Amino acid sequence: MIRIEPRESASKLLTWGLPTISAILALLLAAIPLSFTGAPIFESFFQLFKGVFGSKFAFSEMLTRATPLIFTGLAATLAFRARIWNIGAEGQLYLGALAAVAVGAGALDLPSYFLIPTIIVAGSCAGAAGMVIPAALKTRFGADEVVTTLLLNFIILIFVQYMLEGPIQDPMGLGWPQSSPILEQGMLPQLMERMRLHSGILIALLCAVTAQFMLVKSVWGFKLRAVGENSSAAQHSGISVKKTILSVAIVSGALAGMAGVSEVAGLKGYLTSDLSPGFGYTGIVVAMLAGLSPVGVVISAMFIASVFVGADSMSRAMGVSSYLADLVVSMALLCVLIGGFMSRFKIVGMSSKKDGTA
Amino acid sequence: MDIFLILISESFWTASLRIATPLIFGVLGALICEKSGVLNLGIEGIFVAGAMSGWMAVWLGFGLWGGVFVAGLTGAFFGFIHALLTVPLGLSQHVSGLGITLFATSLSYFSYRTALPDVSSPPRIEPFQPLDIPILSELPFFGPVFFQQTALTWFALGCVVFVWYVMERTPLGVSIRAVGDNPSSVEAQGLNVYGLRVGAVVIGSALMALGGAFLTMSAFDAFFFGMVNGRGWICIALVIFASWRPGKALLGAILFGAFDAFQVRLQTEVGAWLPSQMFLAAPYVLSILALVLAARSADYPRALLVPWFKGQR
Repeated sequence: MIRIEPRESASKLLTWGLPTISAILALLLAAIPLSFTGAPIFESFFQLFKGVFGSKFAFSEMLTRATPLIFTGLAATLAFRARIWNIGAEGQLYLGALAAVAVGAGALDLPSYFLIPTIIVAGSCAGAAGMVIPAALKTRFGADEVVTTLLLNFIILIFVQYMLEGPIQDPMGLGWPQSSPILEQGMLPQLMERMRLHSGILIALLCAVTAQFMLVKSVWGFKLRAVGENSSAAQHSGISVKKTILSVAIVSGALAGMAGVSEVAGLKGYLTSDLSPGFGYTGIVVAMLAGLSPVGVVISAMFIASVFVGADSMSRAMGVSSYLADLVVSMALLCVLIGGFMSRFKIVGMSSKKDGTA
Repeated sequence: MDIFLILISESFWTASLRIATPLIFGVLGALICEKSGVLNLGIEGIFVAGAMSGWMAVWLGFGLWGGVFVAGLTGAFFGFIHALLTVPLGLSQHVSGLGITLFATSLSYFSYRTALPDVSSPPRIEPFQPLDIPILSELPFFGPVFFQQTALTWFALGCVVFVWYVMERTPLGVSIRAVGDNPSSVEAQGLNVYGLRVGAVVIGSALMALGGAFLTMSAFDAFFFGMVNGRGWICIALVIFASWRPGKALLGAILFGAFDAFQVRLQTEVGAWLPSQMFLAAPYVLSILALVLAARSADYPRALLVPWFKGQR
């Protein structure tokens, strides 16, 4: 007989160690699908690591890929800590990107130090607006935000496609559904010569540190956590749950919108409807792997970005489908879920001798 | 006038029922899971897995019903993982479900790409044909609408009756509903809470996968990336709209199918004035509206999302 007992307190080692083990385990589990492809496993893993750590360029590519994931990971982290299930970061990302090109691609001809902040403000406001709608439907009508944010992702993507085929289409784009490029002075500065890494990552890191500080030290963060842990107790102690939900929704949506801004104004320069390969959804994995800690998000985003960038170069070298990366990421989520269970409970053998000594 | 003609045309109602079929499977599956107290957000990925595995089985020569069986098994497999994580381990149903969706989707895409590394156009199979029952399909109006559907549509309608009967009229149904309302009382009767919940999630997930299989084996004849396109999420909204009743779920799915069929036809009438994307977005907008209208009055299973542990009240 075995039975499950709650642990008195999860140790520091467990809270940091388990996500690490889960991430490594998920990576090792990739050997199973790999073996079905017939590719040599050690060689494939070697190519995967080489694709991230093999050169300065490879490493900068990883950081470039991690940038939007930090933003969407933070968006999920703050929302989930307040028990708001924002699964709409993908749509909010596109709204942010759309607003960025709307103001940045020639509508306003301002010098850099005005234009870049304007683009950032516009993008984060648009992202926030995308999350305020489901949050308001939740507080006003009790509509489940999981479903509304998921469905809004589809609506927003269709809206973006409409905009790209009409109102904001690049007249010089030979009829392709893409926006006009953002003005030269509106682009976020590059960080290194001949690398795609851009200063979006600095904004992302700043956001992570700010989010950590706000969550742990500020009154707002206290309210957020109180609503997340027990909303009726929070209500009784005088916290306005509705206001807190709305404010968290605004911040979460704005962060997701920033992911779009940073991709469009830092990397691509113009908007297409395939800007994001699911950064919004992957952000949920990033957040869970980080144990819903804003600073942890930075590390887990770099891990997930490594998987994607490494798997990309591995799939080129070994002829393995790059969907392997998505598979590893999804397995990491399931592993960390189970790991989280083990940090809170322990499995005890009832008839074993250990029982007496424990 | 034209709109009226659309609404009484046979082809419109035939299309409505066809579009509704995968949703019927999905809504029923989600309903069974949620009635037992477990939200299954794995539905979107299970649709993809059902579509891929069912198609793959037919392509490998297992036959159409063999494909349906394989799709059901695949759905049951992913449902079992979700059930293990959320029922005995009591983990977050939201996160586990999303994890299943990501896992099932990426595993399906990876398997498809691994089996078919370099095909530019997806290989086709011989899909289910309309039944075309001799005398009945000759009937005016009812003939085409009901008797020229494929066997899977009939199977879906049969599932509605079966699920309704089991859930509302049998002791098993009473237990499943009770376990979603008050698990401790079920345990007090000497029934196995874990067993009932895991079983419900596995069966529900198998049904969801059949919805996916309908897409590749009846609606189309090949597997495409992104072909599920949010149908799973729409089912989750429809279950709330149907207040967890099989009959209303059928009605909701058909209404939804009718709306979708209607907007396609309307598009050819007024498409010149309105952007086509407005019609594309309409199903999702409609789902949100349905959710908002139903949310206040929704009679949630009381133990939905609440984990239950043995020996703990």
